[in-house]
Amino acid sequence: MLEKALRGSKAYWGWIIFLLALVSIGFACYLGQLSRGLAITGMSRDVSWGLYIGQFTFLVGVAASAVMVVLPYYLHNVKEFGRITILGEFLAVSAIIMCLLFVIVDLGKPMRLLNMILYPTPRSILFWDMVVLTGYLLLNLITGWHALEAEAKTVTPPGWTKILVYISIPWAVSIHTVTAFLYAGLPGRHYWLTAIMAARFLASAFASGPALLILLSFVIKRVSRFDPGREAIQKLAGIVTYATAISAFFIGLEFFTAFYSQVPAHGMTSLAYLFWGLEGHGKLVPWMWVFVLLLALALVLLINPQTRAQEKWLKLASAAVFFGMWIEKGIGLVIAGFIPNPLEKVVEYVPTLPEALIALGIWAAGFLILTLLYKITIAVKEETVQ
Amino acid sequence: MRDFRYILTGLAIFVAVVTFPLWINAGKAAQPPDPSLDTPAINQLPKKQCIEATDYMRQKHMQLLDQWRTEAIREGKTVYTASDGQKYQISLENTCLSCHSNKSQFCDQCHNYLGVEPDCFSCHQAPDGG
Amino acid sequence: MPITRREFLKWGGIVLLGLGAWPTVRGLAANRSTYEANPQAYSGQKWGLAITMSTCWPHYQAGCRKCFLACQREHNIPDIDNPKEEIKWIWTEPYERAFPELNQSYLNPRYKGRPFIVLCNHCDNPPCVRVCPTQATFKRPDGIVAMDYHRCIGCRYCMAACPYGARSFNFQDPRPFIREPNPAFPTREKGVVEKCNLCAERIDQGLVPACVEACPYGAIAFGDLEDPTSNVRKALYAVGYAIQRKPELGTKPKIYYLV
Repeated sequence: MLEKALRGSKAYWGWIIFLLALVSIGFACYLGQLSRGLAITGMSRDVSWGLYIGQFTFLVGVAASAVMVVLPYYLHNVKEFGRITILGEFLAVSAIIMCLLFVIVDLGKPMRLLNMILYPTPRSILFWDMVVLTGYLLLNLITGWHALEAEAKTVTPPGWTKILVYISIPWAVSIHTVTAFLYAGLPGRHYWLTAIMAARFLASAFASGPALLILLSFVIKRVSRFDPGREAIQKLAGIVTYATAISAFFIGLEFFTAFYSQVPAHGMTSLAYLFWGLEGHGKLVPWMWVFVLLLALALVLLINPQTRAQEKWLKLASAAVFFGMWIEKGIGLVIAGFIPNPLEKVVEYVPTLPEALIALGIWAAGFLILTLLYKITIAVKEETVQ
Repeated sequence: MRDFRYILTGLAIFVAVVTFPLWINAGKAAQPPDPSLDTPAINQLPKKQCIEATDYMRQKHMQLLDQWRTEAIREGKTVYTASDGQKYQISLENTCLSCHSNKSQFCDQCHNYLGVEPDCFSCHQAPDGG
Repeated sequence: MPITRREFLKWGGIVLLGLGAWPTVRGLAANRSTYEANPQAYSGQKWGLAITMSTCWPHYQAGCRKCFLACQREHNIPDIDNPKEEIKWIWTEPYERAFPELNQSYLNPRYKGRPFIVLCNHCDNPPCVRVCPTQATFKRPDGIVAMDYHRCIGCRYCMAACPYGARSFNFQDPRPFIREPNPAFPTREKGVVEKCNLCAERIDQGLVPACVEACPYGAIAFGDLEDPTSNVRKALYAVGYAIQRKPELGTKPKIYYLV
């Protein structure tokens, strides 16, 4: 089936070459980072995780795209999702690959990565994150690929893949929970030390993953003869609506606990840094207000049934959810956890150009994998349509 | 068999690339390593022997050093009793390199010959630099 | 009798297993060598420090930095003049930063803004050890929170976990920044995290930590917190009150400050 990815239009090859160019630029910058060290990034001893780990955190959420189509289809018999389960699974596959790449580029000693397996340490949440992420990657790759192969041969997928699908549903919950635990279990990082962190991760994941899937479905509809179906997209829109509303609610909960209790150790200072600035430092303030506006816009468009049903408004709302959540989780959440630092000093963080190019290269690599997988899927679907 | 020509060409290129290191170096015999023991500390030894027998050290020094670091760092056991009963302080700098103070003449010769790049010396300091 | 396939696989497997175990057996048989602690090593259950800042201050004001310099020389700490990439094992912070939760509006000027010596707290319940995915950071039986720089993958999870800012990352190769290299102690390399090791290498040779030894005024008392006759316990009981950094986080720091 892989050969299906080798036949495409000029636009397809142009897109592939564009992504490969971005990957090459990112890779060249990474070689520079390997030889000169993480000094080429904007990270410091105070803000010791930055853009890389932020993207990792956000992309774990995007991987939720799979479970949000698989769960309704397999547990609630939502037939409309039958056409797009594979799309959700393959989006999860590329998102998880990006996650793993972001962790690797963040390591100071990437050649020692195997130490995580040679000296397994169950008390470390990072160990469990490695386990659940690689597990989720394999589950989605195997079930997605078998489903696609079965579709190409117009037979039903082998029965054992259905067991894997059922395992993948709670497993999806585990990837968000464990990733949230990376943050929520640290003493002295007040902004992260919150019991609803895992719940927040789940809610924002179920918003950003399906929102991207909606956008991708519209792209597929435009560039191919395969139509994911209006009903499926509308069902996804409903999921995004609920998840976005719950995400906004959870963020509100954080504000209440922090500011009504007035306990500084409940994230008050980090929230103040994000939204108003602290001690004259406020590089993230404009970003966070863009996030607030995007979220408000998305909620207005999504909650209103008339706008949600219209393609152009749904596209706008989905894009607003995706970029809004990217700001909140991919930038704000990780960086603000380090500000102020344990000595109550504000040290800000701005990524450098090579750092941003490496991140862009990984996004391009993820979209390259996604494009190839989707190309094969669409080719199969177009054949079965005829 | 339409693709026969392409397959054959591909195979030929593959074989050429894989064997590249062999024929590019053909006829150029590398200098066999000759680790030097000519250091002031070794010259003063009445009997030239390392902490274990030379053969053992030649074959197993990496495993020995690996165990040394585990015992010293993780277990706090800093004294090594060799097979002959002699005791040594576990330390690359203060034990190994106090005799073998000529890293480039002793360590590097074999390592370069065998193409291995142990990263010991990116932290541990050899008296002759590196 | 011809052997069945099952028989063949069974015996083949056993032979293979035996071959695999052979190097271990041979290694064990050949190696009569043993490992032990240095008989001169200090032994303790919970090493700790008690720092009397009032003893330190007059000399600190006069420019004394003997403890920092001793540590820097002993451990090859690079002198990187960039606050974002600095390597810090022992340094000072003003009272309000070292003890943010004890910062009062009408603080006695004796403490306000005064420098306090800070270093790794060698917590009894260390979060950095809990999060390390490779056990590169670990707690020794004597309570020292130590690092195995050979094993660190540079993920910096420990830096996120440490509530004292006691950990530094080698963003670049530290060697060019070392002023007077001490050939008896290794340097670090780029890509690993580092921190104070309470001079574990000295304690294992029967020496007190370099900062303790370097202070001519006895401002830093070192000893086993479990031993009532130790210097550190005597210092703790000598004055009225001792404080710790952020005790509310449950990390159980082993560095005390006498005020």
